[in-house]
Amino acid sequence: MVVKQLSVFIENRQGRLGEVLDVLKNNNVNILSISLADTTEYGILRLIVNNPELGKDTLLKEGFSALLSDVVIIKITHETGSLQKFLKIISDADISIEYMYGLSVEGASASIVLKTSDTIKATTVLTENGIDTLSGEDISKL
Amino acid sequence: MIWSKQEVLPREEMQKLQLSRLKETVKRVYENVPPYRAKMDEVGLKPEDIKSLDDLKKLPFTTKQDMRDNYPFGLFAVSKDKLLRIHASSGTTGKPTVVGYTKNDMDMWTECVSRIACMGGATEKDVAQICFGYGMFTGALGLHYGLENIGATIVPSSTGNSEKQIMYMKDFETSLLVATPSYALRLAEVAREMGIDPKKDLKVKIGLVGSELLTDAMRAEMHKYWGDDMLVTSNYGMSELVGPGVSGECEYLDGMHINEDFFLPEIINPETGEVLPEGEKGELVITCIKKEGIPLIRYRTKDITRLNYAPCKCGRTTVRMDNLSGRSDDMLKIRGVNVFPSQIEEVIFSVEELGPHYEIIVEREGYADKLTVRVELNVATDSFTELENISKKVKNKLRIILGLDAKIKLESPNTLQRFEGKAKRVKDLRSL
Repeated sequence: MVVKQLSVFIENRQGRLGEVLDVLKNNNVNILSISLADTTEYGILRLIVNNPELGKDTLLKEGFSALLSDVVIIKITHETGSLQKFLKIISDADISIEYMYGLSVEGASASIVLKTSDTIKATTVLTENGIDTLSGEDISKL
Repeated sequence: MIWSKQEVLPREEMQKLQLSRLKETVKRVYENVPPYRAKMDEVGLKPEDIKSLDDLKKLPFTTKQDMRDNYPFGLFAVSKDKLLRIHASSGTTGKPTVVGYTKNDMDMWTECVSRIACMGGATEKDVAQICFGYGMFTGALGLHYGLENIGATIVPSSTGNSEKQIMYMKDFETSLLVATPSYALRLAEVAREMGIDPKKDLKVKIGLVGSELLTDAMRAEMHKYWGDDMLVTSNYGMSELVGPGVSGECEYLDGMHINEDFFLPEIINPETGEVLPEGEKGELVITCIKKEGIPLIRYRTKDITRLNYAPCKCGRTTVRMDNLSGRSDDMLKIRGVNVFPSQIEEVIFSVEELGPHYEIIVEREGYADKLTVRVELNVATDSFTELENISKKVKNKLRIILGLDAKIKLESPNTLQRFEGKAKRVKDLRSL
């Protein structure tokens, strides 16, 4: 399943991240996972939220540069080598990974957010190999 | 429509008129303005020595400093009780420059602005919203009287409260907008935030913009937000000369027609003061030949342009000045390179991924100048590569045009300061 990730451009300036989080909080957008990658000048904040559309719209209205992009979220068990196994399936299918980060879920399993060169293909390959990916609906219920 | 027959005079008749007015003015200032008399005596020049238009170059220049030195009324040629109005520049550095208008001056000013408004497409049917600050600044009241004289309906909304400005535009069906180019763009931005598309939901079809440079790129940006069918013309003036009304563009957008029966132009080399031949670029110098209150002689405008005496397709025969390529005092010297902010603006406007607002910062790092340009993203992306490519694109274009390396700072939309009057986009921190 393809999940919508919310990406926000933020300048490296004190308090800027807080401003983004304020907007989301004030609009009841709940953050399930967060990743912040940065360069010397600016960063991209990537979020998995319960209501990505609302998150994007309110951020745009507040003058932020925000957009939704497609990611895949896979569920893996807390076992040595489990991540490696999944990644092999993906790379064998000639799909490259642009970035990834974890999604905290309680219990025996963890989830990983994957941004790949081809989201649709990645989803198909994973399904063919009997691996479950989370849907947007699953996410909003978390 | 051509407002006045003075705008289509054959060159010979224009020159005859100019010469008689010049002689009269020089005589009047010599008799009535002691600082002028002193300057002319210093070079041994008498009013009778002005026999041809060519003799103009014998007269000493007047500068902004002369106005400050003679603050407030020292350069006036009439007594104060003859004045109907006083205006002053903002005077951000030192004392403001003060100007005054007699009854005839007011009529002349109104006539000049009416001509320029007609060049820009204004008619009596227009509803003209004037988004210039009313007050000591000449812009708003100048356009106000000139447009009223044509018979247009005036909405004197001044600056500020942009949401209300948009409401007036919609409800009064404003067809003509008077603003600085940067405020016109800001208004379009506010309209869109209100869910109003200026192109479809408003009826503004004429933009008379002034008080800032209008580059081709800025004009394209105006069309992008206000619609391709908007006629955007720039007009030129400065409070020392009269305010708006010195020159303006006609619908052919090929230079600004100077009201040269009132404002006699010359182009000089700003370094040497030498008069340059027609078509050469240099500093614009203006002599007010039909002004009573404060008739400036050979006033150095500091604006860089050139003159074109060829008759225009519109039928006017008045001399045209190019849209300004900068002010000699706006010019930045960065690592020894002459940089006009308008050059940087042009680059920014040519990059689709960026909005029209920007800030130029010049700093000193050790012994070297450092140029930083802050720009706003117009797009959203999840990719660092894409962000880097945008920065690189701006950097490369600037390197080609300026020959300088600049640091590009990408910012979120709506981060940089917006301006209602003249935009202040340059921060030169070196002298501090």
